[in-house]
Amino acid sequence: MVATLLRLRFLVLRNSLRRSTWQLIAVIIGAVYGLGVLGVAVLGLVALSFAPQELAATVIVLAGSAVVLGWIVVPLIAAGIDQTLDPARLAQFPLPMPKLLVGLTLAGVLGVPGVITTIASLATVASWIRYPAAAAAAVVCAALAVLTCVVGSRMVAALSVSLQSQRRFREISSILIFIPLILLGPIIIGVSQSVRNSADALPQVARALGWTPLGAAWSVPADLAAGDVGAAALKFVIALATLALLVLLWRRSLAAALVSPHAAASKRVARGKIGLFGVFPATPAGAVAARCLTYWRRDPRYARQLIVVPLIPVLLAFYSNNMHSLTLLTLAGPLVAFLLSLATLADISYDGTAFAAHLADGVRGRDDRLGRVVALAVIAVPIVLALTLITVAIAGAWHELPLLLGLAFGALLSGFGLTSVSSARIIIPVPAAGDNPFKSAPGAGFTTALSSFATWGILILLVLPEIVLTVVGFVTGSALIGWIGLAVGLVLGTGIAIAGIRIGGHQLDCSGPQLLSRLKTLRGA
Amino acid sequence: MTSVLPVPALELRGLSKRFGDKVAVENLSLTVPTGSFYGLVGPNGAGKTTTLSMATGLLQPDAGQSIIHGVDMWQHPLEAKQLVGNLSDGVKLFDRLTGEQLVTYNGLLFGMSRDTVAERVADLLKLLDLESAAGTLVVDYSAGMTKKIALACALVHAPKLLVLDEPFESVDPVSAANIRDMLTDYVRGGGTVIVSSHVMDLVQRMCDHVAVVSAGRVLAAGTVDEVRGEASLEDRFVELVGGRHHTEGPSWLRHS
Repeated sequence: MVATLLRLRFLVLRNSLRRSTWQLIAVIIGAVYGLGVLGVAVLGLVALSFAPQELAATVIVLAGSAVVLGWIVVPLIAAGIDQTLDPARLAQFPLPMPKLLVGLTLAGVLGVPGVITTIASLATVASWIRYPAAAAAAVVCAALAVLTCVVGSRMVAALSVSLQSQRRFREISSILIFIPLILLGPIIIGVSQSVRNSADALPQVARALGWTPLGAAWSVPADLAAGDVGAAALKFVIALATLALLVLLWRRSLAAALVSPHAAASKRVARGKIGLFGVFPATPAGAVAARCLTYWRRDPRYARQLIVVPLIPVLLAFYSNNMHSLTLLTLAGPLVAFLLSLATLADISYDGTAFAAHLADGVRGRDDRLGRVVALAVIAVPIVLALTLITVAIAGAWHELPLLLGLAFGALLSGFGLTSVSSARIIIPVPAAGDNPFKSAPGAGFTTALSSFATWGILILLVLPEIVLTVVGFVTGSALIGWIGLAVGLVLGTGIAIAGIRIGGHQLDCSGPQLLSRLKTLRGA
Repeated sequence: MTSVLPVPALELRGLSKRFGDKVAVENLSLTVPTGSFYGLVGPNGAGKTTTLSMATGLLQPDAGQSIIHGVDMWQHPLEAKQLVGNLSDGVKLFDRLTGEQLVTYNGLLFGMSRDTVAERVADLLKLLDLESAAGTLVVDYSAGMTKKIALACALVHAPKLLVLDEPFESVDPVSAANIRDMLTDYVRGGGTVIVSSHVMDLVQRMCDHVAVVSAGRVLAAGTVDEVRGEASLEDRFVELVGGRHHTEGPSWLRHS
């Protein structure tokens, strides 16, 4: 039965790769990347066998703890990391719990990340090769560590499923978790600065981690190599107990997850409350705008785009503080404008097959495009305006305001035009409404990144006049160039926006049915 | 002798569609007279959904025409779509809207005024027993309620032709009877309905015309009495389509 589960896992992987060449390419790139990382890690671990015992212990325990932590944190962010053996789908079969646990664990170990972690863990044997007892223990401890990784991640995944059976909670939590990740840059800089100040502290950190569930398994061979058998034995017990506890917790939450399917959290309003549909003009374009804005509020896949709004200023404030110059901070408005204007570059992919309604109802492409742009503008324009004004006020750089406004609104308007065309062309696999907004189909990450980068590049080209004027304005400090920049940004941007809505609308009129066919084939991808 | 034939509600001429090397619909022609209640029946995978998608402008045919009350769907899509109400199977709805918002949205997309839309939405919600669920998000609807709200979306602009793909799937018997009454009334008032279904019994009772489709082709078409002759529609259907097994099932499935 365990073998059947494993076979199923590989069968699903093979079939999904056969369906799409892009997915295959993405998996190959992922594998090459993984192999590169693995090669470096193995080389490093082998090299450690020539290093002093103390250094090897510190490096292995720190890196190992990071790996375990990574395995446990990842399912929190990406609920869809590997849905091949989704326990919920196995619920209908009479699988005894122990066999299910073993099957799921092995399937996890045999995935790409599992195999890489296993090989790297086994490479620690080479690091301890000069101490036979430690090397022997490293084999056992490597297995223990890998199992801790896999079981830990499965446990967190199962636990979060039972926590997340309420839709609203699921939607909000998946977004909040993303924020620390974006701030990772400043956090790493902060941590590495403090580390640089106290590099001597690292061995102590490693020693402390060795007594925690994260580092125990890694530090057993280190203690043996140092001759401290008592500590090694104690840490081995800690590592074993950790694994046992994880299995127990996993078993319990899995059992709970299997019998309690997602509960619908019903939100309801009184009859006759049609929300924004009563506010916008009663035209097709107005209806599209009202619908899009409603989605911006109710669908976390849209709300997720707004994360950049608080984050960009914080990041820029951090870096400009580091560089002792507030100029960087004033770029928050234009940068957010640039990113927000492209938020809907594949809007129709987010509609999914619901887009059929626009097609069946005979909506003109132009109205569809205009409605979507208006919805985005209602959100983006006040944000960009406020950000630009506030950051300029903080920096006290009022003389640069026209230039910055020109750049910001030039980027925003040009972006509106560009997304009007791109979203009538680009269909990318996106998480379905209600899924974790960060979930991605295998291979989707690659095609999405490709189309995003292409659109970003085109937008930079479109905004080039404004960028050049901004640079010239900053260098010369000329007020005249500032006002020219504002005029160019508004006029050129408006022109591009109108042209984009026209071109994109015409394209949609011609290719609507093909877009729907492509959306249908994507379903379930 | 030349008599002026009335313009049919829907005329399909030589529709063809292939997906890769699989032919889904092959040179299919069908005439749905105005004022008829037309059933489209066929086994799974016969090409019913593909045909109806091409008829209503959701799927580009490889060849052929779809003409709605004299307007070619693929030449003048905007005019043609105003005449059709469409309930398609296998597409999602904008389910983050409430039921009332969703129907309102569809009404506004057809370019109707806000007052007219509001009045019709109220009528439709009452007719389909959805008043109490009007303010609930469609994503929280049951399968049957979702079908009913999709039907409301198809009706809101008072189309002359209704194209319904599997309208009764997962709808409870009471709502199904209400919907049937409403459709019969709609046909009596001069509208035309074409429904696809697997349920022969339903089609025989409800429809006056029927077409049997299999493997992308029309096997028989006409009034229900013409097609079924002396037999029941179900027997005639099995006879036309074939593939009926007269076996008792494998022995291990018998427990007594």
